[in-house]
Amino acid sequence: MSAPLASLKLRLRRVERARQLRHAVLILPLLLFLGFTFLVPIGTMLWHAVDDPDVARVLPRTVAALHGWNGQALPGEATFAALAADLDDAAREQTTSTAAKRLNYDVAGFRSLLMNTARHLEAEPPAAGDAQATLLAIDPRWGDLESWGAIHRASGPLTDFYLLAALDLHRTADGHIAATPAEQAVYVDVLLRTLEIGFIVTALCLLLGFPTAYLLASLPARQANLFMIFVLLPFWTSLLVRICAWIVLLQGNGLVNGLLLWSGLVDAPLRLIFNRTGVYIAMTHVLLPFMILPLYSSMKAISPAYMRAAASLGAPPWRAFVQIYLPQTLPGIGAGSLLVFILCIGYYITPALVGGGGDQMISYFIAFFTNETVNWGMAAALGTVLLTVTTLLAMAYARLVADRQTTGGLK
Amino acid sequence: MPMPMPMSATETAPRHVAEPDAAPLVRFEDVDKTYDGEQLVVESLNLDIRRGEFLTLLGPSGSGKTTSLMMLAGFETPTSGEIYVDSRPIKNVPPHRRNIGMVFQNYALFPHMTVAENVGFPLRVRNVGRAETAERVARAMAMIKLEALAQRRPSQLSGGQQQRVALARALVFNPQLVLMDEPLGALDKRLREHMQVEIKRLHQSTGVTVVYVTHDQSEALTMSNRIAVFNDGAIQQVAAPDVLYERPANSFVANFIGDNNTLSGQVEQRRGPHCSVRLGGGELVQALVVNPRANGATSLSIRPERVRLLAMRDDPRGDNRLPGRLTELIYLGDHALALLDVAGTTDFMVRLPAGRQAGLACGQDVAVAFAADDCRALDPV
Repeated sequence: MSAPLASLKLRLRRVERARQLRHAVLILPLLLFLGFTFLVPIGTMLWHAVDDPDVARVLPRTVAALHGWNGQALPGEATFAALAADLDDAAREQTTSTAAKRLNYDVAGFRSLLMNTARHLEAEPPAAGDAQATLLAIDPRWGDLESWGAIHRASGPLTDFYLLAALDLHRTADGHIAATPAEQAVYVDVLLRTLEIGFIVTALCLLLGFPTAYLLASLPARQANLFMIFVLLPFWTSLLVRICAWIVLLQGNGLVNGLLLWSGLVDAPLRLIFNRTGVYIAMTHVLLPFMILPLYSSMKAISPAYMRAAASLGAPPWRAFVQIYLPQTLPGIGAGSLLVFILCIGYYITPALVGGGGDQMISYFIAFFTNETVNWGMAAALGTVLLTVTTLLAMAYARLVADRQTTGGLK
Repeated sequence: MPMPMPMSATETAPRHVAEPDAAPLVRFEDVDKTYDGEQLVVESLNLDIRRGEFLTLLGPSGSGKTTSLMMLAGFETPTSGEIYVDSRPIKNVPPHRRNIGMVFQNYALFPHMTVAENVGFPLRVRNVGRAETAERVARAMAMIKLEALAQRRPSQLSGGQQQRVALARALVFNPQLVLMDEPLGALDKRLREHMQVEIKRLHQSTGVTVVYVTHDQSEALTMSNRIAVFNDGAIQQVAAPDVLYERPANSFVANFIGDNNTLSGQVEQRRGPHCSVRLGGGELVQALVVNPRANGATSLSIRPERVRLLAMRDDPRGDNRLPGRLTELIYLGDHALALLDVAGTTDFMVRLPAGRQAGLACGQDVAVAFAADDCRALDPV
């Protein structure tokens, strides 16, 4: 009895394994594609946010000498001598500017301090045991704890400098985390502004998208298909064309202002573009289909029999809508809102074109650090913040949906 | 055209069904309905529904039965005519104020509510107190014997259980009238038969008036006090199940309800309630006059179980006798069905009681016999 049973299990396992292998081969291209286009770039970005190799490579002896330094007092003569030796080597290998650029992120003016010091040391190298005096003579900033703190913080191989900076925080020389002075703090404001624009655009999309989707879902198929083309039409035109169209429409002497002036509703042209209003209008327009489509599909799945049943059971139309229809569209509302919000907080080009200086979102700064200053660490850190916020939201949504399935939603 | 039969003395009404002459609960008065302005989906519908009865609207799809039900529920508006409930016109009363319970084909249980919330919904919209709602829901759940599943979602229930929840939800607010639109269509045969009995029992225990739509004649026969047979937007006959079967008013009803043999012929002579009909092959048959056409064209309707099979030499003693040839013999357990070529008709059905098929063989020449009273001269098909 047991022998045939064992062989049966064996045969089953063999068949299963062959099947799984076939499936694995089929999805292998997809896995490779995902790996190259998704996992590797995101992994690289996360790595760049904490990777800090430059200073340790250029100033290896200084970094070693500062190991274990507590930041309470100036380091000793040995450390000054190590720095002088490192700068000497760096000047020969022409790598001083790499370290100078990195240290300048932390302490403004560090580039000139380091380059200047390196030049002086090249001209007249310090005598043995005289390094501290020589450096202090070249620039008194070598007597500041913060200068040494910057080198100490940048010793690598990993750093929290960029991530802290992305949250308007920094470490002091003695290793404590402190808030960046208000006049230099920007990123928390930018993050909050990004979230605010995201929420408002999502709300506007929901406000406009819900009735549209409802109309589409209740029309006969022929008309619904026609209207659906209008919803999808924006997808067929380039984003830039649509934004330029808004600029034409909304500018001071544009069509909208012309109409408002002509109708006598306003006396002077309204400022509708290159400010927050323009950002809201253009972003809502661009993202509206992403709200309408999930709403439409969730509404399409609601049988008209539910509303009839509610009416036959005595519910007036508004009550049937609120208690029967609306709760069943919640998955669509959730999916649409999440989609619009996540797309919105990552938007770059629209606010860059139709917004003012105070309307730029976090992606603008990521692009700025990537393209303009080539500060990969800062760009990656801001990207990580954005990714974290997005992930948290998606998780909150998943939990919300799961809860609704178990507890009954609107309660 | 349709010719309502007089009420039969054999109709057995439950105790609570109102007398025929009492004021009806629902009255359709000359109701027409058209969707496109060209074709009438329902044509001059006149129908009284008595308090406490189980009335079935039976007909093929597109016959107007569902449209009539939807007009009563308020989801469709009559193009002309009026519908009265309790002698009050309701054409302009919106569905939610009609106080009519309804059970839908696919149950329409709200998927985001538990079973108990579904059943309590009509009470909540009527602002019934929390305690009373809970009590009435509990009573309704006990009525359908699903107390244990009150906190489940509809999607976690089987089809039959969902159907019972839909029934409870339509009954819990004590409507005077419950409409059912093919409520058992999605269930398998065995469950459907079980639910038919259950619905009938609920009807008898609650005394509520039920209007039931179906295209399944056996369902209609099982459950109804009366059946209104629809075809082409018009009622063909309204009667108790046995009357419909035994005494169909026209060929449509005869063919739609149960198995039927049709023989076409021409009325030659009328004698009191009977007439002689000359069939296509020249045979003469005595039949009961119901509604042959004025020019004498008629279709005879004979039920298969009213026909006897005779050997060629047997004498039917005054009944009609037609020669035929046995073409097929179908064994069905409790009875057998013999198919014959008779008077130019193929597939003439004769129902044989169990055991009587012994000794018969296909191709055999036989004779069929039936009484004149079992042969009804109807409108020609």
